[in-house]
Amino acid sequence: MAGIGPLSEEGLVRLLNYKGKRVKNAKFASYAEDLTPDDLRGFWRDMMLTRAFDNEATSLQRQGELGLWVASLGQEAAQIGSASVLRDPDYVFPSYREHGVALKRGIDLPEILRTFRGHQHGAWDPAAHRFHLYTLVIGAHSLHAVGYAQAMDWDGLVGSGKPEADGAVICYFGDGATSQGDVNEALIFASVNNAPIVFFVQNNQFAISESTTRQSKVPLAQRADGVGMENVRVDGNDAIAVHAVTAWAMEHARSGAGPVMIEALTYRMGAHTTSDDPTKYRTKADEDYWRERDPIARLEAHLNSLGELPEDFVDSVAAECKEMGKRTREAVRSWPKPPKHLIFEHVYAEPHARVEAERTWFERYEATFADAEVAR
Amino acid sequence: MTATVSSQGEAAPEAPSTVRTLTLAAAINAGLRAAMDRDPKVVLMGEDIGPLGGVFRVTDGLHKDFGERRVIDTPLAESGIVGTAIGMSMRGYRPVVEIQFDGFIFPAYDQITTSLAKLHYRSQGRITVPVVIRVPFAGGIGAIEHHSESPEALFAHTPGLRIVAPATPQDGFDMIQQAIASPDPVLFFEPKARYWDKGEVDTARVATQLDADAGASQGTAEMGSARVASPGSDVTLLAYGPTVRLALQSAVVAAKDGVSVEVIDLRSISPIDFDTVLASVKRTGRAIVVHEAPVAFGTGAEIAARISELAFFHLEAPVLRVGGFHTPYPGSTHEHDYLPSLDRVLDAVDAVMAH
Repeated sequence: MAGIGPLSEEGLVRLLNYKGKRVKNAKFASYAEDLTPDDLRGFWRDMMLTRAFDNEATSLQRQGELGLWVASLGQEAAQIGSASVLRDPDYVFPSYREHGVALKRGIDLPEILRTFRGHQHGAWDPAAHRFHLYTLVIGAHSLHAVGYAQAMDWDGLVGSGKPEADGAVICYFGDGATSQGDVNEALIFASVNNAPIVFFVQNNQFAISESTTRQSKVPLAQRADGVGMENVRVDGNDAIAVHAVTAWAMEHARSGAGPVMIEALTYRMGAHTTSDDPTKYRTKADEDYWRERDPIARLEAHLNSLGELPEDFVDSVAAECKEMGKRTREAVRSWPKPPKHLIFEHVYAEPHARVEAERTWFERYEATFADAEVAR
Repeated sequence: MTATVSSQGEAAPEAPSTVRTLTLAAAINAGLRAAMDRDPKVVLMGEDIGPLGGVFRVTDGLHKDFGERRVIDTPLAESGIVGTAIGMSMRGYRPVVEIQFDGFIFPAYDQITTSLAKLHYRSQGRITVPVVIRVPFAGGIGAIEHHSESPEALFAHTPGLRIVAPATPQDGFDMIQQAIASPDPVLFFEPKARYWDKGEVDTARVATQLDADAGASQGTAEMGSARVASPGSDVTLLAYGPTVRLALQSAVVAAKDGVSVEVIDLRSISPIDFDTVLASVKRTGRAIVVHEAPVAFGTGAEIAARISELAFFHLEAPVLRVGGFHTPYPGSTHEHDYLPSLDRVLDAVDAVMAH
């Protein structure tokens, strides 16, 4: 990786070129060997469903149903490819754009929108899905992920001699997060403690408006070199390559061999959020270049070249996507406004006098409006 | 030549008006521009403040006009932003840093409280650290978690920091320049829900003040002083930043019930201008503090304690506080139940008038 910048495509692990043709890779091809056409169709379906959900959420925000939306558009291969190797004992710490990973962890995707509709800060049971809540404070969760991984190790879930029973943590964050102190501390803690964790960096090339070149002079994966951690750069728009490197990395971590950092170079095809306007800081030529490298189109081209994307399958996925959109719309519109007393719920695990006093005051205060209604 | 000829014999043209109508965001932008024009040592740093102009566009156009050496898009690291600003300020630069949202200031909390606030003290005054930290703060805009918080009391509790919050475009324009001119570190809390409110801004007065000798100390004194935003005689409403408008609305409604409310815009939370506060409370005998931050251990608690110490025998009623609850800032569907509202302020007015 000597002498290349943080956006260079040089040396990326790639198993599909951007036209969907298989290419060789001595180290990682074996990790994709077992993938059947059925598996690849499954990747394609999951990417399509993620995008259908994502596009629907963007529309719902435009219609005023959501306060904000954070699109995953363009990052589907990085997310589905990596999450495809996860199994039950593994635990995921996402940032806030990992809707594809959420799908693979069994989250009913519309549930994510409760947060973006302003109903609650965390809408799913993290333990049930082994998928932590989204974290908006950039990089803060990377340290939680390391601690969780250390505790998994202490609890005998790593390198037990029964590989199928072993687990590890995978922690997702973006290029911007790699500048945070927390993330750098996470790399250090993971390394010196040999924690069973894979740091999965989606380098989507932008921290809101700032190019990754504002965060780093060198490929982000090189951050791991400084702490003596295994690392690899992969083409994040190649679902097969992402699957292969993540399979290798998770095996490494689960076996007790230590942490790994994966940098998946991808492209944020949409805005940072629905509040953002990318025309202020990037060119159409740049967007066009990456639209050519759309991860879904790439896998689709590959499946077509194999003659493994039959029309009836395409039709069934199209129907599923349509249903996903419909279900998402209906779910969001069906949620009643949560009751006001929720403000005071769960601040503490045990009663706290101050919160209880304020809750009592608030209930009395609210009741005065009800009394006024009755009096009228 | 024609112009010269035609102007002969006519009255000298009037000086162009220095009064403009600006939004709060545009007023702060204009204030930053004026400070950068005045002093080449003023540099701006933050996330997305360059070509994008900041997520609220407060630095719009400054990167284009002053270049990337003076308007710096930093790596995404708040501790790094504040920590490097401290080093720059030690060489006479005047960094004005933007923390993108209130809830994201905490990675820098260590740098702010253990270094920025203390270097002057620790060095027996040999080191000054004139860093300004701009923080869009408070809620009411339907934002997601960590984007609506009011952490000012955490910093006001830290000796060595000056804490101010403008409520109007005029104050936004004046106070940002006064903060930059101040030799002390200043946390400059900008009420984000008020960014788009318009008001008249006279751009001349603060320039005269800061261009004069001892301009910085005059500016520091002025941004530390409270302002009577609306006079009254029965109740004193004390507010700052986003709640000044709410207090003014409350005064209008209360007047219809025959209650005369005086609204004081504190402008500064550290220090608090108790001369102005006490003069008002001694006249009205009743005080209510309104802020968005949680009431417990907040700015209002400090004000209430000082009023009871210094004006106890003038009080007709206990000092009340209207503000956020002792809960994390809730999801946006509930933020208007959490935040102080017209009804809650008027309830408090009724309560103190009942004494």
